[in-house]
Amino acid sequence: MEGLVFDIAHSLAGGLVLVSFMMLYQDRLFALINIFAIQAVLLALSVAWQAYMQDAPHLYITAAIALLFKAIVIPIALHRIIKQLGIHREIEPVVGIGSTMFIGIGLVALSMVVMLRVTGQAAPVAREDLAFALSVILLGMLMMVTRRNAVGQVIGFMSLENGLVLAATGAKGMPLVVEISVAFSVLIAFIVIGIFLFRIRERFDTVDLSALDSHRGGQ
Amino acid sequence: MAGITFNPILAVVLIPLLTAPLLALLPGYRISARINVLAALATLLAAASLFFVERPPPGNYLLVDDLNIVFIVLNTFVAFTTSVFSASYIGHEMETGRLPISYLRFYHAMYQMLAFAMNLAFVANNLGLMWVGVEVATLTTVLMVGIYRTPAALEAAWKYFILGSVGIALALFGTILVYMAAQPVVGEGNNAMLWTVLIANVAAFDPALLNLAFVFLLLGYGTKMGLAPLHAWLPDAHAEGPTPISAVLSGLLLNVALYALLRYKLLLAASPGALAPGPLMMLMGLISLLFAAFMLYRRRDIKRLFAYSSIEHMGIITFAFGMGGVLANFAGLLHMVMHSLTKSAIFFAVGHIAQIKGTQNIADIRGLTATHPVLGWGLVAGVLAITGMPPMGIFTSEFLVVSSTITHAPWLTIALVLGLLVALGALLLRLGGLAFGEPSGSTAAVKASYVPLYAHLTLVLIAGVYLPPVLVLWFQHVAALLG
Repeated sequence: MEGLVFDIAHSLAGGLVLVSFMMLYQDRLFALINIFAIQAVLLALSVAWQAYMQDAPHLYITAAIALLFKAIVIPIALHRIIKQLGIHREIEPVVGIGSTMFIGIGLVALSMVVMLRVTGQAAPVAREDLAFALSVILLGMLMMVTRRNAVGQVIGFMSLENGLVLAATGAKGMPLVVEISVAFSVLIAFIVIGIFLFRIRERFDTVDLSALDSHRGGQ
Repeated sequence: MAGITFNPILAVVLIPLLTAPLLALLPGYRISARINVLAALATLLAAASLFFVERPPPGNYLLVDDLNIVFIVLNTFVAFTTSVFSASYIGHEMETGRLPISYLRFYHAMYQMLAFAMNLAFVANNLGLMWVGVEVATLTTVLMVGIYRTPAALEAAWKYFILGSVGIALALFGTILVYMAAQPVVGEGNNAMLWTVLIANVAAFDPALLNLAFVFLLLGYGTKMGLAPLHAWLPDAHAEGPTPISAVLSGLLLNVALYALLRYKLLLAASPGALAPGPLMMLMGLISLLFAAFMLYRRRDIKRLFAYSSIEHMGIITFAFGMGGVLANFAGLLHMVMHSLTKSAIFFAVGHIAQIKGTQNIADIRGLTATHPVLGWGLVAGVLAITGMPPMGIFTSEFLVVSSTITHAPWLTIALVLGLLVALGALLLRLGGLAFGEPSGSTAAVKASYVPLYAHLTLVLIAGVYLPPVLVLWFQHVAALLG
């Protein structure tokens, strides 16, 4: 039984890393958003599984937030924003897809090597969880760096945050996890959807950030 | 903890928190500006009373010790003086129509939210709560930086949002790792995040995990401190937001991240097997100092100029704390206080200057001492102070940093002094053009509030001439705590 419980946690966390890779090579916004929604569902399952494993009912709240907010509300909102604002639906990556994937593989290898070596004393589930979480975080950062598009960057950030939630729930008994996931949701909802896209749209024809770059203030 | 009795820690956090929704609801600029000032004053008084009342024992969430009192009092003081400056600054922005009236409620509410978040980060005993404080402070300043809605302001806010979010995300991961290190020793749950519990038990933690955690924390909170090479958001955020926010960013928000980093440095220093955090901090500090010093020469925007100067000074402070030892820590603390006071004073002056001249372009601002003597000489005094000229307080602290470098790491003195001199040259060069020569632009009088500017400068001068023994003893005590 112990083995099965462990394997399920493991494969869910591994699934998150896999979906992060899928996000790296998307070149259309709608597809990217859909894949992000899949990642959020996986995260919700993973967190719920942790809640069951650790017998920590408050983690079900975090799982519910991930499912409702990140898998349903945000993707729908992003879809509508893109349609209403007529944002370009193709993503122009700064770095080619091929090299991005190679860098991604390197980052995952790095996080495995670092985390597994360092966390020798921790429980095996937590160890592997942290290693996967760091991979998701690094891949999210990679996505933020390699996308010019504001929506792409936001999705990169949200995927990075998925990694953080995975790490926080994997650390057994960590306090404030629910509060932190709420704080992050507020951050995303507040800034991303409400203010920025709206305002950027007010002034520019696209939310392509390279258009912003031309307006740099006097250095 | 909560009770009928007056609890100053709770007051420091709750006054701004409760004022924020009130300001969000109240229409009218005059009344909300006044309430903003009053709330800031009340918070300052509550913070000052921490010196006198008996301290409550560290709780599950809040903590007052000798280290954070310094930060809280400094924070609430500058937040108060800035709110006075903000009242006249925003008044002018309203008259010129640069800031629509509908944004004003938002601005004042955010100002109090920012004060709340910073105070929360300082008084938090729980490392997760401290992180939440830093996160909320970031969020509110992002919104304030973008408030003018110009393309440049939006770009600055976006850059700040992206880099700041990555920074706080890394810091959270570091916090989780610290929890992982603590959990096997002190058990699950809230205890493993309480700073007071951690510092007592840190010797038994897994050092490898702590090391890794510190790297993430240094990168995360270092981004918030504007340490090079993670500083890219800082100059833009300073230049494009309202000037009171630049003053608060430079004078206070950078200190919040520094404070978080110091707490973790203490943890690592108390763990025998962990790496010494000092050299890493010294390296980042020195790089920031040198980088910012050379970048100062190429600035054309007056607010950007002083933003780079903030990077330089955060570099010096990080360097001093990284070096460690009572003298260097003392110097670091003193420098931090002096920098906060001086830099916000400079931004008070710069804010009014940019309003009169209608530009932030250094080349278009000349001869200020002739047209606006009070502001002009205030700027001259502030810039002389920030470059470390005697008899101002920064001279004392920089002198102490340099002399303790000579004893601890003689070779680094060369790089340190080089950085200081290069920055001095750049700032004096620009100051010459700004303050003297043929006046340019508008010479109209301005309804400025000079009191905050000169109050800060006077404090810096007093600290340079005569540092009260009580303060010296207090700082020495804190410096000894910092190891």
